[in-house]
Amino acid sequence: MSGGVDSSVAAYLLKQEGYEVIGMMMRLWSEPGKENSNRCCTPDSVAQARKVAANLEIPFYVLDAKQIFYEKVVTGFLEGYRNGITPNPCLNCNRWIRFDYLYKHAHMFGADFFSTGHYVQKVVHPSGLSALKRAIDDHKDQSYVLHVLPAELLPKLLFPIGKYSKEEIRSIALEIGLSVAKRPDSQDLCFLAGGDYRDFLKRHNVLDDLPGDIIDSLTHEVISRHNGLSNFTIGQRKGLGFSSDRAYYVIEKNFKENTLLVGPSQALGYHRATIQNPNWLIPMELLSSPQVMVKSRYTARLAPAEILPDSRYGTIDIQFFESQRDLTPGQAAVIYQDDLVFGGGIIKSTSRV
Amino acid sequence: MNEKLYFDYAATTPLDPDVFSAMEPYLKGDFGNPSSIHYFGQRAEHAVEKSREIVADYLNCHPTEVIFTSCGSESNNLALRGTAMARKSQSGHNRITSSKVEHHAITHTIQQLSDHFGFKSDWAAVDEFGIVDLTSFSTMLNENTALASFMLANNEIGSINPIKALAEMCLNKGVPFHTDAVQAAGYIPIDLAELPVSLLSLGSHKFYGPKGVGVLFIRQGTKVLPTQTGGGQEFGLRSGTHNVAYIVGFAAAIEKLKKFREKRATELSILRDELIDRVLKTIPDSKLTGHPTNRLPNHASFIFKNVDGNLLLGMLDQAGFACSSGSACKTGNPEPSEVLIEIGQPRDWALGSLRLTLGSKTNEEAINKLLEKLPALIKLNRELKG
Repeated sequence: MSGGVDSSVAAYLLKQEGYEVIGMMMRLWSEPGKENSNRCCTPDSVAQARKVAANLEIPFYVLDAKQIFYEKVVTGFLEGYRNGITPNPCLNCNRWIRFDYLYKHAHMFGADFFSTGHYVQKVVHPSGLSALKRAIDDHKDQSYVLHVLPAELLPKLLFPIGKYSKEEIRSIALEIGLSVAKRPDSQDLCFLAGGDYRDFLKRHNVLDDLPGDIIDSLTHEVISRHNGLSNFTIGQRKGLGFSSDRAYYVIEKNFKENTLLVGPSQALGYHRATIQNPNWLIPMELLSSPQVMVKSRYTARLAPAEILPDSRYGTIDIQFFESQRDLTPGQAAVIYQDDLVFGGGIIKSTSRV
Repeated sequence: MNEKLYFDYAATTPLDPDVFSAMEPYLKGDFGNPSSIHYFGQRAEHAVEKSREIVADYLNCHPTEVIFTSCGSESNNLALRGTAMARKSQSGHNRITSSKVEHHAITHTIQQLSDHFGFKSDWAAVDEFGIVDLTSFSTMLNENTALASFMLANNEIGSINPIKALAEMCLNKGVPFHTDAVQAAGYIPIDLAELPVSLLSLGSHKFYGPKGVGVLFIRQGTKVLPTQTGGGQEFGLRSGTHNVAYIVGFAAAIEKLKKFREKRATELSILRDELIDRVLKTIPDSKLTGHPTNRLPNHASFIFKNVDGNLLLGMLDQAGFACSSGSACKTGNPEPSEVLIEIGQPRDWALGSLRLTLGSKTNEEAINKLLEKLPALIKLNRELKG
């Protein structure tokens, strides 16, 4: 429980269904001095969650997860940037903190099931396996960040809010008198505590901001200088630091040469992503065909693609039918069929063809 | 959910039904203000003064030496602030002596007096059981000492201080001596004709009385500057309309103590010894904290190596046992208890503390039930911690 609408209503719905519910929350790592602005677990949100639990008449416990969060999530985040990729720390948090560390604790507290306020539906695949399905509310669907779960955990999980729209969840919250119904949605990384991730990386000596050349992808000419590759993202148009009468987009970041490749919008776009060590919630063999839908970052739309497993390297090539503007190594590509999450993995490399 | 068993009598105790019956008339019909001249006021005043006599009789002191407050912490605050301020303004004494294993109502008050009111603190050493070192204390007593304060029994680790010896040392030097007896009073006899303390704090909810009422004994002749001024109630030492029903409840709880304290202390000490013995035998890497024998008869406190104490409390709660620890933290930000650090316990032990305190409902069966579960829960806790 976070004290927010979604997990609060989830707890309420479970109680309505007759479960004996235990509320749990984790104290996560924050930079020293910023403990009070980590939006996941400020003393305020702990108090809020405690109040919600008390109103629902369920017990509530707070776990100390600071150290393991730092080891599994923050370290990986820094490491990723050090290696020139753009990691998604929420994936590691779900894999190692929520659905491992917290899960094991809940089990130790005597819990038979484990539930969160994620917008996702648990369904049964025709094979009889438990499976995750996209939420009813397309805008709120969070199945992308849950593809990392170990498949054997699924029978023990409950996601009560995935079959409702956000509006319905908010109105249930109001109906049952939760004072949480007007809190803004959370989007940023919790441990940045509202700060800029680039400042965070600098404070942790990850960004050295080594200046380098900006190169035109068509002419291969040096047209300007950049102030460090980490300040740019693929597809970025504004704030490139030079002026031109043509529109330039960031096409590629070449970490080896420390150069930034820019070009016209037509030059943007990838057709292929290779993912590594995929995690399958439903075995790949149960796909009805290689034609799937893929989501290549949390905010991306589902795009049709074909998957081509390469058993030699344990990798999977995802061949998109349409050009994708911003395939980014370090982000996950998640594979769906019939709105069911089959699996996914971290994008290792991308290619234009 | 199975029935919950309570092992946290040091945190608070349930209200005795007889105490509630004694209080009830003053929560219903008898609503008068003891300061009023009329009939209603007189009835209330009578109730307060009768209560004062009951308390004084039990403590073997004069009724005018008994001041009713709102809780043990307020009593401690009034004792420390009131005496320190009076001593400083009268004679310039500005040093306060205590120890770091005291309740926060003492240590934090002394800290504030040092930070903002021009006092200096002297912290006497304690031994491995948290008992004040008399030699260390004697070197700290000097011509500038405004007062000294040491608890009668430790809330966290149960050890009992040599209060009589400490008080006598102060008496010989003319230094006011305060003892926080909040945790001890339910189990240890207090005879103020024998015990030469200047001030002594009590709170009734530790011995089956209501929360929200305390007593400060102030020996005649001890100068105390009131910290709460106003209508001049309680001999001008603690202004504010009397909380009549709760004061009556305090006295009713004292009446019960008179009858049952000794018997209860004897019975609980047998259960306590059995509990300590079995925990230390069945749980590897476990230690008793506090003195093995010179401790509160209802108090068993432990540390376990490489155990997350906070987590253990949650697990125990879910298994049906309400327990406590020295560093119970409700926000997931546990730090080892200052008391355990002060008595020299390393961090990997100090974070795994557990306090089991017994009381009216504790019996052999409850202890058996707890010991059926505790070793396995600790094992699980250690496994998860890796």
